[in-house]
Amino acid sequence: MAAEIHTTAPTISENAAESTFQEVDDRDRAIPAIEFRNVVLAFDDRVVLNKLSFKVMKGETKIILGGSGGGKSTIIKLVLGLLKPDEGQVLVDGVDITNYSEQQMMRVRKNIGMVFQEGALFDSLSVYDNVAYRLHEQGVPEDEVEPEVRRMLRFVNLEDAIDKMPIELSGGMRRRVGIARALVGDPKIVLFDEPTAGLDPPTARTICELAMKLRDLEDVSSIFVTHEMNNVQYICSEYAVVDEDGKVIFEREGERLCLTNSKVMMMREGKIIFSGTDEALRRSEDQYIQRFLRGH
Amino acid sequence: MNFATRALLELQETTLLAARAFGGVFKRPRYIPETIAQMDAIGVGSLTIIILTGFFTGGVLTVQTFPTLKAYGAQSQTGYLVAVSLVRELGPVLCALMVTGRVGSAISAELGSMVVSQQIDAMRALGTDPIRKLVAPRLFALLVSLPLLTVLADVLGIFGGWVTAVALYSVSSSVFLSAVRDAITTDDLIGGIVKPIVFSLIIGTIACRQGLSTEGGTVGVGRSTTRAVVMASIIVIIADYFLAKALQVILGTQ
Repeated sequence: MAAEIHTTAPTISENAAESTFQEVDDRDRAIPAIEFRNVVLAFDDRVVLNKLSFKVMKGETKIILGGSGGGKSTIIKLVLGLLKPDEGQVLVDGVDITNYSEQQMMRVRKNIGMVFQEGALFDSLSVYDNVAYRLHEQGVPEDEVEPEVRRMLRFVNLEDAIDKMPIELSGGMRRRVGIARALVGDPKIVLFDEPTAGLDPPTARTICELAMKLRDLEDVSSIFVTHEMNNVQYICSEYAVVDEDGKVIFEREGERLCLTNSKVMMMREGKIIFSGTDEALRRSEDQYIQRFLRGH
Repeated sequence: MNFATRALLELQETTLLAARAFGGVFKRPRYIPETIAQMDAIGVGSLTIIILTGFFTGGVLTVQTFPTLKAYGAQSQTGYLVAVSLVRELGPVLCALMVTGRVGSAISAELGSMVVSQQIDAMRALGTDPIRKLVAPRLFALLVSLPLLTVLADVLGIFGGWVTAVALYSVSSSVFLSAVRDAITTDDLIGGIVKPIVFSLIIGTIACRQGLSTEGGTVGVGRSTTRAVVMASIIVIIADYFLAKALQVILGTQ
């Protein structure tokens, strides 16, 4: 299946037409949270991203699949401005950040949450200080910091670990603390860089549930980089709702509701080889995709 | 890329790193607690090795020079030789080399580990400039600590020389101390302070640059640590040669 390639700056109405949402509620929602336009990036002679174009709309989760070295994590680094493209444009909330300086990017990054592969927690800081990091840097008074840190740790079910050091946490707990840290300040964009890699299936499921909660209950736009198909199955076929008792439960899409706010994008050698729904991905006849899905 | 191009590129990156670190010192947020913590780790933490190095260097200077001076009947000048050697050269250089080994390696390894575990990326993603948060406090702490450690090494070296001269060679205490007073001039003291300031910049920027440019996982951390210590040590010694000559010209003592 062909990739979405945009060669000219799209108007708002064009953005709206390509949104996974069937109905666009206002002009602001029609502006993509993240947009890549013909992005090219090479390290020495190796082209990592080759004329990459795609959009992530407001409230949408874009799952990026692909083998190792395919350029998946590079996309996230470009959104954060940790890398700069050789060609093309990167837009966040409709603003072109391609040529932003490090100082300008600092302001953009304050509105984006990032969950790293291994959590990337600061070893010398406790769980509390890790989660409170962004607030401490902004000089927020301590009496406002603690309730916010506890709220975030409750969201990831880790309030009991507040005084622990990162070394005392399991791999899954580290990722969840990483998610709590990324969510401080309620960012409307969250980037997940292989957050379930190397985790046991129940813990990986917990991480996916957190991503679903963010998508369905917090209206967060996200990029979820992974190479595990069970992540795709969870995120594309289940959704989070709050039941009558106020508890968050997860239901499968079916006759009552069909999820349209999650899309899959598959990459190979820096190019998009598929973009669409998980059902379309499974139906694809591309040999690489079929081998990826089967695992052999 | 050939060696000369790589060296020039490295020099450019290291200089830019230092410039950005100093440029951020006067902007908010100021990382005062981090700077104090680094002064404690670098300055207070290096006290033991500096005390031992300074004392025994002064002692061995006396051991090596007293017999020669005695052969020329100039044993009363032992204090003069010990003081001049320490304040002008051995104090600043030995102190810088000891700090390179202890602190430069630690800075490089710590920053390198943070790079490979994506903590530096996480810091940037959370809206913090790692150069201001990590590099500037370490550079500033080195700038304050190394001159103080050098003065301490000089004093303890002279003390070590005095103890050795009095205890082993029965040199009169007043003769030794009088020679020390005659030996040290204001120019020596200026040189003894300027050198460690320059050396601290060399050690700090090289260690931080090598740490932040770490590639290749834990093996890369080892590589960048080794590179930081070797490069800083060699450049300190080369810089000492040019500084000595430059100070002679500037202070008019050649």
